[in-house]
Order: sequence, then structure tokens, then C-alpha cells
Amino acid sequence: MWTLFQIELFKIFRRPRTYIAFAAITALIGMVQLGLKVDGKEYASFVMADFNSSFALEGNLLNGYFVCFIVLQLLLIHVPLLIALIAADMISGEANTGTLLLLMTKPISRIEFILAKYLASMVYTILLLVWVALQALFLSMLIFGTDDMFIMKSSYAVLIRSDDVFWRYAGAFCFAALAMTTVAALGFLLSLFAENSIGPIVATMSVIIVSTLLSTMNIPLFNLVKPYLFTTHMITWKEFFDLQVNELNEAIPGTLAYPEKIKNSSIILLTHIFVFVGAAAIIFKRKDVLS
Amino acid sequence: MAIISVQQLSKQYGSFTAVNQLSFTVEKGDVYGFLGQNGAGKSTTIRMLMTLIEPTAGEIRIFDLPLSNHRKEILRQTGAVIEKPEVYPYLSAYDNLRLFARLSGVKLSRSQYMQQLEQVGLANRAHDKVTTFSQGMKQRLGIGIALVHNPQLIVLDEPTNGLDPQGIADIRNLLLWLSREQKKTILISSHLLSEIEQVATRLLIIDKGKKMVEGSAQQLFDPSKTLVELQTTHVAAARTKLQASSWGSHLRASGHDNIRLQMDKNDIPRLNRDLVQLEIDVLSLQQQHSLEDYFLQVTAGKNYVDTFSN
Repeated sequence: MWTLFQIELFKIFRRPRTYIAFAAITALIGMVQLGLKVDGKEYASFVMADFNSSFALEGNLLNGYFVCFIVLQLLLIHVPLLIALIAADMISGEANTGTLLLLMTKPISRIEFILAKYLASMVYTILLLVWVALQALFLSMLIFGTDDMFIMKSSYAVLIRSDDVFWRYAGAFCFAALAMTTVAALGFLLSLFAENSIGPIVATMSVIIVSTLLSTMNIPLFNLVKPYLFTTHMITWKEFFDLQVNELNEAIPGTLAYPEKIKNSSIILLTHIFVFVGAAAIIFKRKDVLS
Repeated sequence: MAIISVQQLSKQYGSFTAVNQLSFTVEKGDVYGFLGQNGAGKSTTIRMLMTLIEPTAGEIRIFDLPLSNHRKEILRQTGAVIEKPEVYPYLSAYDNLRLFARLSGVKLSRSQYMQQLEQVGLANRAHDKVTTFSQGMKQRLGIGIALVHNPQLIVLDEPTNGLDPQGIADIRNLLLWLSREQKKTILISSHLLSEIEQVATRLLIIDKGKKMVEGSAQQLFDPSKTLVELQTTHVAAARTKLQASSWGSHLRASGHDNIRLQMDKNDIPRLNRDLVQLEIDVLSLQQQHSLEDYFLQVTAGKNYVDTFSN
């Protein structure tokens, strides 16, 4: 199993396609950072337009923490596509090139093969998020500096002290890793049903788009399935940036407003991963390898 | 000792029967030629032997172990090339070989890997990416991968596909060396019957998933059962004359423009003399001893099966 896992990682990181996602993320984040560096003040005053009449805000509003939040809001919609590029190709790519035929003549267990491949795609997903963190958070901190973080919610605003932000980002990135490995698991499962990479990649994206629509539309029929859709829970990372308040409506540093929401979403995402990977293992064990 | 024992093996795809109650045995040290026309069920059978597809019915035992329960143990001692062996194009030949060796459970030294590549004529391209290789070079690499863990049983499905004549000759020599010097057991299927003819010690011909003929190459090439094809201007008249002569019992099923006889190879000059005496105008008189002739007769005309199986 360990050997298989090492080999899968070796294969992933020797493929040129792997680095497309890293390059795309670098370009996307770089563009946002450049835009905010050049015209950031205008953007911030536009965002704060409603508040400026009631509040007097001082300090570096457009700091690295705030920029990272903007980047994550924009990027975490697109990262699933980049993950699908690799995850949905894990089995179908081998079938397409014909290497699956040779692999399956080797003394390796099919279940171990599937698990090693999924673990390798998990590592890829996590490394992609680490890359996002390095670019979006650390580079933004260097470019824009640090200060307290001001976030606007739908009906209220949250001000997080600068010494209370970092652990929230650590939590948010860990949660995003869980959400993205769920996407990887879905792509991985779908990759069993095709002998080319395009089909499973498109299918993965289609499932995500349809599920996201169902998650966001407020229609009673859809509301029944919403709590069980993984896309509903993929945005729960934002809960790390909300604080509990005391009876005076003052934010309590070091707290989370809805920790149970994070816990429930994590359980639902983990369940999806187990179902997707379990189904992939069962199907692959019985599958005839024809190409 | 039987290395492969297949009993009543079948594979059904819906209403289509790809392999139909096939039974055969490959003994230790055999170079077992597996023949059949396209779609005869050769590849399906080989894929079942390599656990790529699940049989619908029947039993496969390899190294005297049931394949269904001892897959890993069996595959550890087996090397295979299934059709066009595809490897990772973005890796070098060396990296591909090392990767598949590790999957086969062995870790060799650099010089041992290079030796393996040398054996299949790729040492000078060891560090080039496979994407720059021709199909023939990929085929050689596939064979190198099949042999890298020093397996006891080698299964080759169309191993000379895509190779040039020199490549085909190299693979033939390699197979002969593996069989004679290394004492490996080899199961080989090919549409190049002349290739099988030169290396196989035993043969199986299948058609529509069913066994037609199984036997040793010696039986096949038994000089006392040589087939001779006579082409003449008047086939019907010539046949009548031969029927009435001492050659009547040697006549076999014939085509519309030829007559076939089975006889001892040494009797061909006597037949030649008798044809002149019987005033039969001979256009040509040819020995049919190649495997290709047998193959076509067995799978197309379904004739002369007795010639071989006897």
C-alpha cells in the first residue's frame, strides 16, 4: 500500500498537467493582488460606503488578512475545477492511455490500488490549498501588511483583532481541504465510468454546478435535499470568521459564532468522502479491465 | 507439472459467448502458442488468466493454485504483455521499468535495470521520455517490464505488434533464450503464425471461443502426415483417376481448383511420378506443412482437424 501510494505521488508530480493548477492559482491570485494594490482603496471605500456614514474606521483596512478573505471567496468556487483535472483523471486517464491494463497484471490488490490513488489525489488537493495559503495569505501579508480584519456579512459586520485572525485562517484552510477532498472523491468515483478524462471532469463539474444551484435556490422542494448536499457545506469555512458576542453585543475574541455548524458540515463532508471512495472501491473490484 | 490448467472456462457478454467451455493445460517449460482468428477469444482468455476480467464460469489454476484465491501470489511469478503495452509517456524508459518493477515487488540496482533495458535493446534510450519512442520501442519496453521481476511464467498477447522485421527477430530470439536457457514457461498468442511456428513447442487453436485443436508442434509437423496440394487443369478428372489408384486413401477434402492429399513426406517423389503415369496435367505440387496452412484449414474450412489431433 505504501509503495503504491509513493508511486502514485511520483506519477502525479511527474505529469506536466499537475502544474497547470498551480500556475492557474498563481495567476488568479496575482491578478487579484495586483488589482487591489493598484485600485484597492477605491474598492475598499466602495465596500464600506454604507458604513462610512455610521462608523469611523481607522487603520489599514485593505490588509493582508482582508485580501486573503476576498481571494478565498473568489477562488474556492474555481479550485474544484482544478482538483477535478487531476482527481477525475486518476482512473480514466490510466484507462485512456492503456496503462491500467499493465497495472492490473501486477500483484497489487485492487482495493489498495484505489485507496492509494485516492490518498495521492488527497495529497495533491492539500498541496494545492497550501499553495493557495502561501499565495493568498502569506504573500498578501507581505504586500498589504497586517491589521484588524473587517468583514461584511449579509446583515452585520465583523471586526476581528489582528492577533485573533491567524488561527481562523488555519481552521478555514483545514476545512477547505476537507471540502476539496470531497470534490476529489466525487471526481475519483466518476473517473471509473469512462475511458477518457474529459467525461469525468465535465461530469464532476456538472454535479458541482447543479448541486450548488440546488444549495443556493430557496425553493421548498430543494430545501428538503439541501442539508444533505455537499455543496451546501463547502462554504462553511466562512464560519471561522464569525465571533460570539456577549450580552452587550461585543465580540468575544477566540470564539466561533456557530461551532456546531462547522462540526455538522465536517461530518456530512466526511460521509460523502466515505460513500464516494467506498463505492469506487467496490465498483473497481468487480470491474472488467478491457482497455 | 502443469503451470496453467484451465477447465471449462467461459466468458459471456450478454447473449454473446466470447469463450466457450475452454480447457487446456500448459506444462512447465512449454512455449505454448495460442492461435485463433480475430475475435476467436484469445485476448479474452488471456485477460481472464491475468485477472483483468472475471470468468463467467470455469476454473483457472496457475502454479497449481486457484487464481481466484491466490491472485497476488500468482501474479508475482507472472510477467505479461497484453496487446500494445502502454507505459507512462511522461516518464523515461528507466523510470517506467523501475516503477513497474516496484509494483511487481522487486527493487533492483541501477545496473540491473540497465541490464534489463539492454536485453530489450533500449539501454541507449534509457533516460529518454517514452513519448519520443516508436511503437516498436514501446513494445520492447513492455517486454522488459514483463521480465523485470524474473517471472516463471510469461504471458504474451501479440508481442510482436508494431515491430519491424529486425524487432520481430530480436523478440523471437529472446523468447527462445528465455525458454531454452532460462527454462521459462511461455504462453504466446500472435496473428503472425510464422512467428509461433518458430518458437512454440505446443499449440492451441481456438475459434469462436471453442477449442479446435491442441497438441505438440511435433505432431503438427509430423512428416508422416504431410499435406500436399496439387493444382491441375482438370480437377474433377484428376480426382477420379487418383481415387481409382493407390492414392485414393490419401485424398482429403479439396478446394474447387485443387486436390489435397496426406502422405509421408518421402512419398512425394513417387506421387510425382504416378501423376505423370496417370496423365494428370500438373500445374503445381506443393507441400503444406506450415502452421498457417493448418491454422486456415482448422479455423476456416474446419478440415484436417484429425490430421493434427491424431
